[in-house]
Amino acid sequence: MSALLEIREVSKAFGGVQAVSKVSLDVQQSDLMSVIGPNGAGKTTLLNMISGFYHPDRGHIALAGGDVTHAAPSKMAELGVARTFQNIALFRGMTVLDNLMLGRHVHMKTGVLSAFAYWGLAQKEEVTHRRRVEDIIDFLRIQDLRRRPCGSLAYGLQKRVELGRALALDPKVLLLDEPMGGCNHEEKEDMARFILDVNEEWGTTIILIEHDMGVVMDISDRVAVLDMGQKIAEGTPDEVRANPQVIKAYLGEAKPAATEQRHG
Amino acid sequence: MAETMTLPRYLLRNAAQFAGRPAIREKDRGIWQTYTWREYHDHVRDIALGLVALGVPRGVKLSVIGDNRPRLYWAQVAAMCLGGVSVPVYQDSIAKELAFVLNHAEVSVIVAEDQEQVDKILALKDQLPALTLLVYEDPRGMSQYRFPWLRSLQEVEEAGRRFGAEHPGRFQAEVEKGRMEDLALIAYTSGTTGNPKGAMLTHTNLVETGSTLMRAEDVRRDDDWLAYLPMAWVGDSLYTMVMNLMVGFTVNCPESPETVQRDLRELGPSTVLAPPRIWENMLTGVQVRAADAGGVKRMVFDRFRAVAERAEILRAEGKSVPLGLRLQHALGEFFVYGPVRDQLGLRRARWAYTGGAPLGPDTFRFFRSFGVNLKQVYGSTELTGLASLQPDAEANPTTAGRPCPGIEVKIGDKGEVLVRSAGVFKGYFKNDEATREVIGPDGWFRTGDAGFVDPRGHLVIIDRAKDVGALADGTAFAPQFIENKLKYSPYVREAVAFGDGKPFVAAMIAIDPSTVGSWAERRNVAYTSYADLAQKPQVRALLREEIRRGNETLPEAQQVRRFLLLTKDLEADDAEMTRTRKVRRRYVFEKYASVIDAFYSGQEQVALVSTVTYEDGRQATVQSTVTIEDVTGAMAHV
Repeated sequence: MSALLEIREVSKAFGGVQAVSKVSLDVQQSDLMSVIGPNGAGKTTLLNMISGFYHPDRGHIALAGGDVTHAAPSKMAELGVARTFQNIALFRGMTVLDNLMLGRHVHMKTGVLSAFAYWGLAQKEEVTHRRRVEDIIDFLRIQDLRRRPCGSLAYGLQKRVELGRALALDPKVLLLDEPMGGCNHEEKEDMARFILDVNEEWGTTIILIEHDMGVVMDISDRVAVLDMGQKIAEGTPDEVRANPQVIKAYLGEAKPAATEQRHG
Repeated sequence: MAETMTLPRYLLRNAAQFAGRPAIREKDRGIWQTYTWREYHDHVRDIALGLVALGVPRGVKLSVIGDNRPRLYWAQVAAMCLGGVSVPVYQDSIAKELAFVLNHAEVSVIVAEDQEQVDKILALKDQLPALTLLVYEDPRGMSQYRFPWLRSLQEVEEAGRRFGAEHPGRFQAEVEKGRMEDLALIAYTSGTTGNPKGAMLTHTNLVETGSTLMRAEDVRRDDDWLAYLPMAWVGDSLYTMVMNLMVGFTVNCPESPETVQRDLRELGPSTVLAPPRIWENMLTGVQVRAADAGGVKRMVFDRFRAVAERAEILRAEGKSVPLGLRLQHALGEFFVYGPVRDQLGLRRARWAYTGGAPLGPDTFRFFRSFGVNLKQVYGSTELTGLASLQPDAEANPTTAGRPCPGIEVKIGDKGEVLVRSAGVFKGYFKNDEATREVIGPDGWFRTGDAGFVDPRGHLVIIDRAKDVGALADGTAFAPQFIENKLKYSPYVREAVAFGDGKPFVAAMIAIDPSTVGSWAERRNVAYTSYADLAQKPQVRALLREEIRRGNETLPEAQQVRRFLLLTKDLEADDAEMTRTRKVRRRYVFEKYASVIDAFYSGQEQVALVSTVTYEDGRQATVQSTVTIEDVTGAMAHV
């Protein structure tokens, strides 16, 4: 069975720094795959290549059998790849509802002109999208925040809205870059619950970068470990936990994972 | 006139007579979704038959746990259709309480709102031998849960529809088997001592009380009612279920507990019931927004507020309002009172009740002066929630109102209020001893409240009868009476007064972190936590002044002489209060014995160890040294 997302020996260098080298990864339909690794291991770079933010220097990426190695981010979004950012990327002055509606823009067919000319049709479309956005609001339990400007929300709630914005795209593949970074214990629990629910209820394929090992090991189907830009292990959480190279990367040479939130 | 129709029969009547009228709405996906009486009936029928199809026997004891949702009400009515009993539980109960109630009531079917509630029950499953079926309403996150005894409500309804097609007339037949004397509801009261007790209420109790309320108050079929109070509280059962079925008005369920305020405003219900805490929060909200408003707006608000207050005081004293004041009042109605009522969602409210605990006279007067027909109601779980209420023309902040038609009230030994009515419960479930203590052979129910009937015929409640004691010199001491005077201060959230057998009155105060916090912020007093805030000298001085003012309304012997500020609020999770926020006095006495000692031995400071219980049952202790304050003006000789 061919994987939904196939990553073949991708490499990316910034100047003299080899951020990712020859990493291959297969992500199956409806899998929850976590990518872990010490700071600077190349996790976010990998995610950026999948979402079309960067293009690999070498190697290929295929989505559902089609080559997307050099597809632009907008193309990836159209193909159903959505992502959240380590640093929240919401419109702070806009309401939660507007941010989520904006997340649906790839699905909107009526342009500015037709919105004026075919006002009835544009309205009907708006209703359809609003219905979907309301499903997401219900799913994430943020009914009370609809009309609140995103900038006024607590950090953990902004993270939740950020997830909502990505979900509004109706993604086939969801890329989550540290969705729990900076959250407190309770917010982490909620977020882990939401991620699992997205994966289980909607069958969305998820690639998760996360520092909290407890969460990763609890919710992932598979885990891939990067170190110094290379994949050093891949397998079920139990396999990875027992892998001597992983233990070395985490405990021997590099610092333990959760010491710092920033990485390259 | 004795009532003869059980609640399920009212459902059949409604489905036949008001089939297309809205019975219940819930806000979902941001929109109010309406269910007609026909739909209400069909869902109840399907759930009831679904339970039958799944082998649930007649007379089932069924619990619902979750927020106010139409389906959870339907499940309760469905149980009653099968001659069963609804045992609603508080969803914020800690595991131990929950397990006790579910076990004690021998609940065999639980309908839970969502995964969160299901997880709670799953964690207790081993302790619940009687449980045979767990049903969840919201399937979200439940796809991986596979147990033979776990079903979605949708599955139950589908099973019911299939069963109904094969057994036409079965539902009707089940309903017709119901008798007025059958138990319909076991309402657990979070007693201030010991384990909760389950008050058994029959269809007669519920329906008779409903009809009493219909005679005493203006209730209409086109009313809108917002169901937001806990389903386990008898007042919600009485209004949202019983009155809804009997009168046929529309019940509205808010979107989530967090959106209640907005949903209230959007809906503008025609009838409102809220505990004092909510009225106080609303008033605080108005005051904060007035204070934040610009100069002119604030001036207008303050001016018209004063006008409203003067007019209200005149009206309350039965004097006529002079023409000039009346004109100003009319202007105020247009510019201030109407818009404020609109903002609060009270614009369409014909009447509003406060009950469960006393409401400060200032708060009470504020709402009345702004044109809200706020009145007091008195009742208890054992009386199906109703004993007395205030008629429109007799609203006042001090009494509990006039006993409702058909309800007899008299004063017994030690000033205890006794009530006899068709609403008096059948006893505590599996607790005959406790039942005998409160119901006499002649049918009088001992409320446990001390009070008197004033010359107008209104009932006045002073305190819990068992708490009324005497100071060392023999003066009567009613702790709640004193505590209420203290709690009228916006800065005081909870108060516990001591004095029985002691030379003077002392009190422990839990400050209200929001009001004291903003007071501190305005004065640039920096603080880190509740405990820190409570121990700021400025805050202690503020509270000393508040207590001195409270003392002015108390007889000299009852005045608070010494007090301290607690480093944490009193919490139901810590067993210091009941879920309905009544102080569990005996427990508090034991827990704070060292504080009481310190009060009366003249100590200046006392070491306070507070235990905090988290929602998951974990405990932590916080230790601190707290200063005891003397109240100036009160004679402090120890």
